[in-house]
Amino acid sequence: MCVTCGCSEADQVAVIDPDTGDQKIMSHTEAHAHGHSHTHDEDNSNKHEQHEHPQNHSHHSYAVSDSGSAAVMARSHSRTIELEKEILGKNQLIAERNRGWLKAKGILALNLVSSPGSGKTTLLEQTILALKSEFEIGVIEGDQETIHDAERIRATGCKAVQINTGTGCHLEADMLERGIKSLDPASKSLLFIENVGNLVCPALFDLGERAKVAILSVTEGEDKPLKYPHMFRASELMILNKIDLLPYVKFNVERCIAYAHEVNPKIEVLQVSATTGEGMSAWYEWLRKAESTVRT
Amino acid sequence: MHELGITRSVVAICAENSGGAAVKRVTLEIGKLSAILPDAVRFCFDICAKGTVVEGASLEILEIAGQARCKSCGGTVTLAELVGRCPCGSNDLQIVAGEELKVKEMEV
Repeated sequence: MCVTCGCSEADQVAVIDPDTGDQKIMSHTEAHAHGHSHTHDEDNSNKHEQHEHPQNHSHHSYAVSDSGSAAVMARSHSRTIELEKEILGKNQLIAERNRGWLKAKGILALNLVSSPGSGKTTLLEQTILALKSEFEIGVIEGDQETIHDAERIRATGCKAVQINTGTGCHLEADMLERGIKSLDPASKSLLFIENVGNLVCPALFDLGERAKVAILSVTEGEDKPLKYPHMFRASELMILNKIDLLPYVKFNVERCIAYAHEVNPKIEVLQVSATTGEGMSAWYEWLRKAESTVRT
Repeated sequence: MHELGITRSVVAICAENSGGAAVKRVTLEIGKLSAILPDAVRFCFDICAKGTVVEGASLEILEIAGQARCKSCGGTVTLAELVGRCPCGSNDLQIVAGEELKVKEMEV
């Protein structure tokens, strides 16, 4: 079993190039074979080059094979090992490495999160068509199954790779790392990461993005920010999509925005219709501004 | 169901650090404002532990209450859930406790 993502042998994540059909299966060992000394055998001796050391411990005080980060106290028949380890620590480590790499290349990476059906892919298609003369754009698509979304993005003429998470309900940092390797985004480009449609789990997993952008459509409930506070709290921007449908649905925009600010007073809100183009220029402005600050 | 992946990580962290010894007890810290349900972790624990050195271990979960510092008045606020307000009326709160997700210790 793998500590990085908790995956078992049975879990397989696929990184797919929709142009060539080239598919790379990330077995759990391969998925993490990227520079840190994470292995899956029973020998712990080389595994902890990158671990963090709690203060005031020495490496040779205790007769435990992996005493690197563990303070051990002898008891009569059993002993307690103080671990103080973040459960998501390894994901965080890889996310920070991704962030450093992206920043060094001057790439603005945004993690787009929403429920299924909020219009993320349509929003991306329109964004690419509008901005492709201005920026190089790459897309990493996360879905449980199919390469439909990556194919839609490819049809706009932009680079895209698909990550199929199988039964996984969110992208994790190591999957993004593999996706980036496969996509090979250009320096100073925009990188959109379309997470698996899910308003719960992706909030927990930092990928190394510059910001999360939550997309909510007016065909959903206006109280979604209150129902899924973790996601709206973790996001810098909420895009309220499908506003062309407002005359036909019961959706109170002011109340929705108030709920979003209740959860996250700092969240910015944009109202758009990716289909009609209404409000999209404000989103493009937001992107230009975010892009201009990537290298600072 | 991200609790399944979380619980697998817990078991794997314990197994990596036990030096091959059977684990008798695992203690976690889970903040009440984290998006993790302790009951779901308990439900998954025995299944994930099966066939590892953690099999048969008892699971202790310390739930950490939510606490925030109000950025407007500087006061401390206890939070039962992620969304809340300071008595001063502000909701500009910086969470200082309750988001923990940690393997605190284990007994081998």
